[in-house]
Amino acid sequence: MTRMSDAPQKKTPLYEEHVRLGAKMIPFGDWIMPVQYSSIIEEHQAVRNNVGVFDISHMGQLVASGSAAGGWLNEMLTNNIDKLEVGAGQYTFLLNEGGGIIDDLIVYRTAPEEFLLVVNASRADEDFAWLTRHMTEGVDLGNRSADYAGLAIQGPRVVELFHLLLGSDVELPARNQIQMFEHNGSQLTIGRTGYTGEDGVEVFFPANEAPKTWNEVLEKGKPLGIRPCGLGARDTLRLEMCYPLNGSDLSPDHNPIEAGLGFFVDLNKPKFIGREVLVRAKESGTPNRLVPFRMKSKGPPPRPHYGVWLAGEQVGEATSGTLSPSLNQGIGMAYLPTPHARAGTEIEIEIRGQKFPAVIEKKPLYKKS
Amino acid sequence: MNVPEDLFYTESHEWIKREGDNARVGITDHAQAELTDVVYVELPKVGAQAESRGQIAVVESVKAASDIYAPVKGTVVEVNKALEGNPALINTDPFGEGWIFVLKMDTPDDVKQLKDAAAYRKAIG
Repeated sequence: MTRMSDAPQKKTPLYEEHVRLGAKMIPFGDWIMPVQYSSIIEEHQAVRNNVGVFDISHMGQLVASGSAAGGWLNEMLTNNIDKLEVGAGQYTFLLNEGGGIIDDLIVYRTAPEEFLLVVNASRADEDFAWLTRHMTEGVDLGNRSADYAGLAIQGPRVVELFHLLLGSDVELPARNQIQMFEHNGSQLTIGRTGYTGEDGVEVFFPANEAPKTWNEVLEKGKPLGIRPCGLGARDTLRLEMCYPLNGSDLSPDHNPIEAGLGFFVDLNKPKFIGREVLVRAKESGTPNRLVPFRMKSKGPPPRPHYGVWLAGEQVGEATSGTLSPSLNQGIGMAYLPTPHARAGTEIEIEIRGQKFPAVIEKKPLYKKS
Repeated sequence: MNVPEDLFYTESHEWIKREGDNARVGITDHAQAELTDVVYVELPKVGAQAESRGQIAVVESVKAASDIYAPVKGTVVEVNKALEGNPALINTDPFGEGWIFVLKMDTPDDVKQLKDAAAYRKAIG
C-alpha cells in the first residue's frame, strides 16, 4: 500500500461526494483527489464516447485587473494578451528568467481590463507569489482559488448535457471562449476548453454550490451515459492528445521551445520574462526535444522515469507513460536529443531491465476517426 | 468481498491453492478490485527458483505496476499463458482462470504458515 504523506491534505468541496461514490482517493500535490470511481478504462471511454465530469476544484484562479493589467500580463506570460477580445482565452506559459516553465495556464479576458488565470493546483501559490513579486502600478491581483469550485465536463455529448441543464436555447461559448450564465440563482463561468481532446467545458462557480452542481450534472447526464471521472482517466485522455502535464513533462528545467510548444510563445512581443532564452532557443535549436512515442509490441506499458534507449545508448527517460485505452497500446513522452527526436525514429524503452521496441510519433497519439 | 474457504492467503494479497506438493497462486478478489483494469501480467519463467516473499511476477493496471510475491519457497512449474492474451482474466475470475503460476514447493508444509480465509478476511477489514 502507498504510504500517505504526512503533509496536511487539502480537500475540495466535493470530497464527501467522491467518497460517497466509492472513489479511490490519492494524494495529488497538497490535495487528496479521486483517481478513479469504477475503472480508468470505463471512465476514459465515457469521455471519448459520451460525456464525463471531473472535479477540478483544486485548480487555481487568479484575477488580474486594472488599467495596466493587460500590458503587465504581456510581460509575465509568453502568449500575446493583445490578441484576446473580451470573452476569449489562450493557453500560455509563466516562465522564470532562464526561460524555464513555472506553470502552464489559460488566461481569459473577462472584461476590457480584467483577466482570469486558470492555473495548476500545485503551482497556484507559487504563481501568485511570483506575480506579486513582479507587480507593477495600476494592477490588482487576487488569488481567488479558495472561492471557486470547478468541474471539467468533457465528451461529445457535452452540448446535449448543457441543453438539459440550462435550456435548449442556450448556446455554449465557442472554443477557447468564456461566458457567464445564470443558473438557479447562481453564476456559472463556462470556458469552452479542456484537457481531453474532446469537446468540453470547464465550469467555475462559488465553492459552496459544489455538491449541488456536481449532483445535478450527474443526474441530468444519466441518460447521456455520464460518468464521474478521476485523475487516472484525466491522465490517459491528456496523454493520448500529448497535452503536457506540469511537474512531469514541464518543469523549470525545460522551456516551451524544447517542449514543442513554441506556438504559445509570441517572440514578436518586445519584452517578457524568459524571452532572451527563448529567442536563442528558437534561433540555434535546443539540445533536446519533447516527443511522444508508442510501444510497438503488446507488452508492459511505459511509466515515468523508464529509460529511453537508442542504438544501444540511453538517451533520456520517459516523462509520462501509460497504457492508452483508446489504442490499447503503451504510449508516453520523453525529452530526446534533437537530432533523433523525429517521428519514425525507432527507440527502446527499458522496463525492469528489459528493452521493448517503441517508435517516435507525431502529435497527437490518438486521432478521432 | 469473495474470500474462498479452501485457500491460503498472504498479507500481500496472493491466494494459494494447495495441489499435493504444488501451490497454485493468484491474486485475491480484494487485490484485483483495488488494482482494477489489469492490462499486463509479467509471468515468471518455468523453472525459476522462488524465494518465500521474493518478487516473482508483475501485474500492471493502467495506473501502476504491482509486484507479486512467491508465498513459499519452490520452483515454478507452470504459468498461465492465457494471461498474455487476456490479462483481464485476473479481474473477471481472480480465483479461477486468473491464476498466475504454479510452484512445486520445497517444503509443502510451508503453507501452514500462511493465513487462512478467516485471518485474511480480518486483514482486509
